[in-house]
Amino acid sequence: MLEIRDLHVELCVGEEMKPVIHETTLSVDQGEALGLVGESGAGKSMTIRAIMRLLPAGATVAGQILYEGADVLGFDRKAMRSFLASKVAMIFQDASTHINPVRTVGDFLIEALVTNNGVPKAEARRRVTGVLEEIGIPDAAHRLEQYPHQLSGGLQQRMMIAAALVIEPRLLLADEPTTALDVTTQAEVMAILDEQRRQRGLGMIFVTHDLDLAAAVCDRIAVMYAGFVVEDRSAANLHEEARHPYTAGLLASRPSPTEKAHRLCVVPGRPLSAFEVGEGCPFASRCAHVEDRCRIERPLLRELDGGWVRCHRADELRGQLLCSYNGSAHE
Amino acid sequence: MSSSSVQDGHAIEVEKLTKVFGRRRRGGGLTAVDDISFTVDPGGALAIVGESGSGKTTTARMIIGLERPTSGRISVGGREQTHGRMGSRERRRLASEVQMVFQDPYSSLDPRQRVRDCIDEILRLHFDLDREARVARIAELMTQVGLDERHASVRPRSLSGGEQQRVAIARALASKPRVLILDEAVASLDVSVQAQVLNLLADIREQTGITYLFISHDLAVVRQVSDEVVVMKCGAIVERGPTDRVLDQPEDPYTRALLSAAPRPGWKPTRKGTP
Amino acid sequence: MACDAGMTISPTATRTRGRRARRDWVLIVCAAFIALLVIVAVFAPWIVPHDPNKVDMAKAYQGPSGSYLLGTDSLGRDLLSRLVYGARLSLAGPALVVVFATIIGTTLALLTAWMGGWTDRVISRVLDIIFAFPGIILAVLAVALFGSGLAAPVVALSIAYLPYDARILRSVAMRERTLTYISACYVAGLPTRTIVLRHLLPNLLPFILVQCTLSLGYALVDLAAVSYLGLGVAPPAAEWGLMVANGQASILTGHPQESLFAGILIVLTVIAFNMLGDRLATRFSVRAQ
Repeated sequence: MLEIRDLHVELCVGEEMKPVIHETTLSVDQGEALGLVGESGAGKSMTIRAIMRLLPAGATVAGQILYEGADVLGFDRKAMRSFLASKVAMIFQDASTHINPVRTVGDFLIEALVTNNGVPKAEARRRVTGVLEEIGIPDAAHRLEQYPHQLSGGLQQRMMIAAALVIEPRLLLADEPTTALDVTTQAEVMAILDEQRRQRGLGMIFVTHDLDLAAAVCDRIAVMYAGFVVEDRSAANLHEEARHPYTAGLLASRPSPTEKAHRLCVVPGRPLSAFEVGEGCPFASRCAHVEDRCRIERPLLRELDGGWVRCHRADELRGQLLCSYNGSAHE
Repeated sequence: MSSSSVQDGHAIEVEKLTKVFGRRRRGGGLTAVDDISFTVDPGGALAIVGESGSGKTTTARMIIGLERPTSGRISVGGREQTHGRMGSRERRRLASEVQMVFQDPYSSLDPRQRVRDCIDEILRLHFDLDREARVARIAELMTQVGLDERHASVRPRSLSGGEQQRVAIARALASKPRVLILDEAVASLDVSVQAQVLNLLADIREQTGITYLFISHDLAVVRQVSDEVVVMKCGAIVERGPTDRVLDQPEDPYTRALLSAAPRPGWKPTRKGTP
Repeated sequence: MACDAGMTISPTATRTRGRRARRDWVLIVCAAFIALLVIVAVFAPWIVPHDPNKVDMAKAYQGPSGSYLLGTDSLGRDLLSRLVYGARLSLAGPALVVVFATIIGTTLALLTAWMGGWTDRVISRVLDIIFAFPGIILAVLAVALFGSGLAAPVVALSIAYLPYDARILRSVAMRERTLTYISACYVAGLPTRTIVLRHLLPNLLPFILVQCTLSLGYALVDLAAVSYLGLGVAPPAAEWGLMVANGQASILTGHPQESLFAGILIVLTVIAFNMLGDRLATRFSVRAQ
């Protein structure tokens, strides 16, 4: 349904153009949830913003974003409006900055339907109330009259989800929707999102830094590093069968609520941003398995064991990867 | 856990601590912390776990002197804190007993100050060292947190988040406190960097025997870093005990809810009965 | 998925071309202009072609010529020389106003932001009262009480500008004070004086600079107006506002040079200050992000 091919994005920072995404290639089928996981500077937020063409002014975009075969980057205004109004919906991280504080929540939810999709107000209201009830917000009619500041963070985020669902999109884009929430609220909101998505058969790209959260609600996970997709694999297999050293490093360095490690496995150094990457593999400077070839030649994304990996040595390193990072605490 | 002799007493002792924001005369006011008591032994590591509104951060701020308690007693290193506003001298004394590392590393460092000067300022305040000795001590602290001379000569904005937090830790250690309070100190860091800092904290504790008070909402981090844990909800302590026991066999329903909501391998989110 | 090494660049995709951020020419030009004025004012005695006070009735109302680049005024004095000398008084007055207002305003701002409570309330109310008086009214009042000249208006305007500086810097200081590094200094045991003077104040300097620059513009207009009204420096001193007043009568007789050139200089200088302040403010807020 959605295919991103060789996306390359540069932003204007100060007086220069700096790359934030080097080469991103992804695809999402109808009804499939793709997790986009990475640390800061990986380019995951930028990727989904590129889909909606929400990049800052002055950005350069190359590559293709194909929605059902048509290139979104080439859409004219009309096609773009139609795309945004009924095909794709985004759920942002911070609800409070994305909902107009001086209008009621009801206005927020109903407005898009009425204005963009030409739905009569009464019908829109009916649909919105329906969605709110499905999401499990009781007393929906009363909630619609409230203002955003009267709602808790979790409830605001649920309103964002409702706003996304009510336009009946085919694709959901969620940009760290639960990062700002408490852990119990996060679990509740994710459960609702997951349930609604499956019921409606929507596609979803779920951006997060939390691998376990992504694995819980997504069918596949794409791991990004420094503007590249470095691994793309089914979520169920990722934990056991990660093929890229970075993915393995991430998996190994998380603490666990069920078990204490004497010292955590550590990936030395810090996550690079896309513009800091030179020739060769983006992960070369931090990789425990790096060879000379890795520093000179940039690996391509290639198929391996049912998924995709961007690593020269992925075949050789099979099975050796998990917790090979028994490093010290120092960078 | 408790390794020091009994006569040293507790590193931190909190008794019936309460904090109410807003005027009590009017009857209103928000009770952020409601009559809590706990102790931490020297060399130990206690985590206070809770979600937003639990009062864990307010508790930490009271211990470090950024908030004044409404009632109750706080003792750090055996010395009880006064209730009124602290004078400069008392603040300095407290600073040599207990220090804090904050959540956001960048905003916790003066953007105009070079790292070296930042630590030097603390050394000059607390110790009577000549310039050479201070330079040596700064180098020692930087090494202890895994940084080097390059990092000391720059301003915070040239450093990454992980490096900035290491600087914050070095600064906190500069006054040789016996207790270090870490207020969500790894929450803003990337996963791979978080692991480095957690390892560093464990190393420091092993090397120096310092006591930790860890404030966190993240149970995995709590498991990794603490020996004992106290779970707070709406200002009160709902469960306490050794970390292993509390996280493996939680007794309080709230603790269980926290645990079941924490993402981990094999976990799936479930809806509660009522929103 | 096809993953070829090459990139397919769709022709319309690069419609949004990246802009390179340009050097801020406005800021550079304004700053250069002001710097030039200051240099001219400082070195006035050495660079003027003629004595600004030399009266020569035979040469009155001459147009621009080789010797008198901007012509002469009603008393035959060289306009260019008078304008150059005028820069001294016209810039010195505002500079003094800004220095006084900023020092006192910053002190009050830091005091109220740090101490809060009653100190804040009392000082804020006093400032509110001063706010009620337009600068120029206070200046005129001061002259009425203490005689004309530069001293009285400068002091009066300093008082009038206090609340603006203090208010703006107070809110900036209060916001900065809530930042974690101030708490960290407090927790480190640093004495209050050190925290306020060595940590809070230096981080407020960009805002103070912007405020100074904007205030210079306003002060220039106010002082020129005071001189125009005849309440500031007395003739035969050269001062731009005074020159505008002197040259008024000549406009009707077809010799607008004096008022025109003096007026233009005032306008250009004020614009320069305002634009400089505005650009600096943008730069500092962008950098703060």
